[in-house]
Amino acid sequence: MTPPHVTVVGAGPAGLAAAETALIAGAEVTLLDSAEQPGGQYHRMMPDAYAAARPERLQHGWRAFDRRRRWVLEHPRCTWWPDTTVWALERPAPHEPGPPRVHVLRGPADGADRRRLGLDSDAVVLAVGAHDRVLPFPGWELPGVFTGGAAQALAKGERVVVGDRVVVAGTGPFLLPVAASLLEAGSRVLAVLEANATPTVARGWSQRLWELAAQAGKAGELVEYAAALVRHRVPCRTGRAVIEARGDGRVEEVVTARLRGDWSVVPGSERTIAVDAVCVTHGFSPQLELPVAAGCALRGSSAGEFVDVDDDQRTSCPGVYACGEITGIAGAPAARAEGALAGWLAGGGDPAAPALRHLRRNRDQGRAFAERLARAHPVGAAWPGWLRPETVVCRCEETDYASLCRAVAHAATAAARVVKLETRAGLGPCQARMCGPTVAELSARLRGEPLDRPVEGLPVAGPHHRPIAQPIRLGELADCPSLDPE
Amino acid sequence: MSPRRVRAETDAVGRRERPLLITVDGEAVGGIDGQTIAGVMLAAGRLGWRRGVSGAARGVFCGIGVCFDCLVTVNADRDVRACRRRARDGDVVTLQSRWPGIPGTARESGSEDR
Ligand SMILES: Cc1cc2nc3c(=O)[nH]c(=O)nc-3n(C[C@H](O)[C@H](O)[C@H](O)COP(=O)(O)OP(=O)(O)OC[C@H]3O[C@@H](n4cnc5c(N)ncnc54)[C@H](O)[C@@H]3O)c2cc1C
Ligand code: FES
Repeated sequence: MTPPHVTVVGAGPAGLAAAETALIAGAEVTLLDSAEQPGGQYHRMMPDAYAAARPERLQHGWRAFDRRRRWVLEHPRCTWWPDTTVWALERPAPHEPGPPRVHVLRGPADGADRRRLGLDSDAVVLAVGAHDRVLPFPGWELPGVFTGGAAQALAKGERVVVGDRVVVAGTGPFLLPVAASLLEAGSRVLAVLEANATPTVARGWSQRLWELAAQAGKAGELVEYAAALVRHRVPCRTGRAVIEARGDGRVEEVVTARLRGDWSVVPGSERTIAVDAVCVTHGFSPQLELPVAAGCALRGSSAGEFVDVDDDQRTSCPGVYACGEITGIAGAPAARAEGALAGWLAGGGDPAAPALRHLRRNRDQGRAFAERLARAHPVGAAWPGWLRPETVVCRCEETDYASLCRAVAHAATAAARVVKLETRAGLGPCQARMCGPTVAELSARLRGEPLDRPVEGLPVAGPHHRPIAQPIRLGELADCPSLDPE
Repeated sequence: MSPRRVRAETDAVGRRERPLLITVDGEAVGGIDGQTIAGVMLAAGRLGWRRGVSGAARGVFCGIGVCFDCLVTVNADRDVRACRRRARDGDVVTLQSRWPGIPGTARESGSEDR
């Protein structure tokens, strides 16, 4: 019997674990990532050219990752394709079995001479991860305003620090590693601001959440980050947020304010801090365009929409598995457990294998952690209170809040698609990755609709539907794809 | 102050630096081998380089290829995400703009012709 061929998209903690167990199960594996190196966001590596002698200084669990990475990449049944971007998934014809064909471009990011290939396999594992979600605020488009992830990626990935007087703000435990990385790289972190008030955070971080964090392998890490902040005497405040960034052509100062439990601003509590950079994160958005292109069903949760998977990490689409942060935001160890489960089953491993019990338990603890975490760090309903009429809502098209309000108020243009055409919000180069959820939320609010149901005029999966998941040049599109010789 | 690279001599990770040189709109900008174009420009003190629809400056926002704020032209390739493209010695970077007002800068297309 020829071994099954598994294509794993994304080589972060989830994808790498999936490749490993699929190989153990006996499958042929093609592991690909748009980055040059495996690791994803959590284990972002420095470039080979840095020849770093002590990379473990920047990473938790480096040794285990390094071992896994070498084992997988050097395995005779593994084909590793770095610099390879999936730009489309083509569903098979209705009567044909099997997962979608994976269309890739191989070569330097956004280059013109990339090679276009189509990959057919017996199973596809999607492990494409998430990106920071940032709510708009006046001045957030100024250079010097970064996502927390950007600061992290630059510090870990190429040893660039975004500034020397930095405020880290938003919500969620991710603020801590961002601040810790900046400190490690020698910048001054002026404050870490968690928008949720102490009662919300304290209620959320109950003993149960700490237990789950410990099981999910995150508690020790968080304690270490917190200790670093204490050591550097970084003021950490809850119930405070950055509500404005100001400056001439770049950020020069931020306005912070006290927030009530619902994130409404307490008048008179504003303070101005001189900064040269600010890092903001209000949670993570899963990268759903590939799962949606494959036809995978999504599920709603308190933290937003994610790929719906069953007990075996199978999506609703035959032959397609999903793992890691596209199924829920629970951190790298949970992503690994999901990946290991998905890879084993996608690779034809025995569904009754005893080790799966342990992996399933880890995965379930990860899911419980994700749910509780989302409840401990909700986005308060009154955040639009800090928007001004001229505040940019869609970064690409510079659509301001007033235009959005006008378009929604107009009965004739109120349908989501028409609002989009009218205001151009979401039509820019990022294809609404940054503003999509925000514009949908604001539009629903302005129409007075409840937020827990899909926005009218958009199918549930609407905001994530991008037939071309990654930019492809016209010349590359015209090129006939070669099918990977299997 | 601006973004900067951690000094190699004091960097806890113990790494080496091999200098490289790119040009940005004709000006020489130094970086080190392995950096992204965005990293090179940031560490050289450039924070904003692209102009948006209104002419306002933009640089890196998401850092991982999602927001498209950092687009530049690299050699002959337009609309390259600077945060994702490794710099190569000798790369010729041209800044892009969606603002109609600047002569001499590569005009950037809207999403329509992508
Ligand atoms: C910028 C950033 C920094 C982070 N830093 C930390 C941190 O320091 N500590 C922490 O605890 N958590 C961090 N996180 C949270 C982090 O997402 C998870 O802890 C963990 O990395 C999730 O693992 P994953 O395998 O699900 O996804 P990821 O690690 O995100 O891996 C997904 C991989 O898929 C690849 N990919 C995506 N789309 C495509 C495509 N179309 N074609 C080909 N490849 C593709 C990506 O290049 C990436 O390597 C960070 C998140 C972000 C967004
Ligand atoms: S900074 Fe967002 S795409 Fe480069």
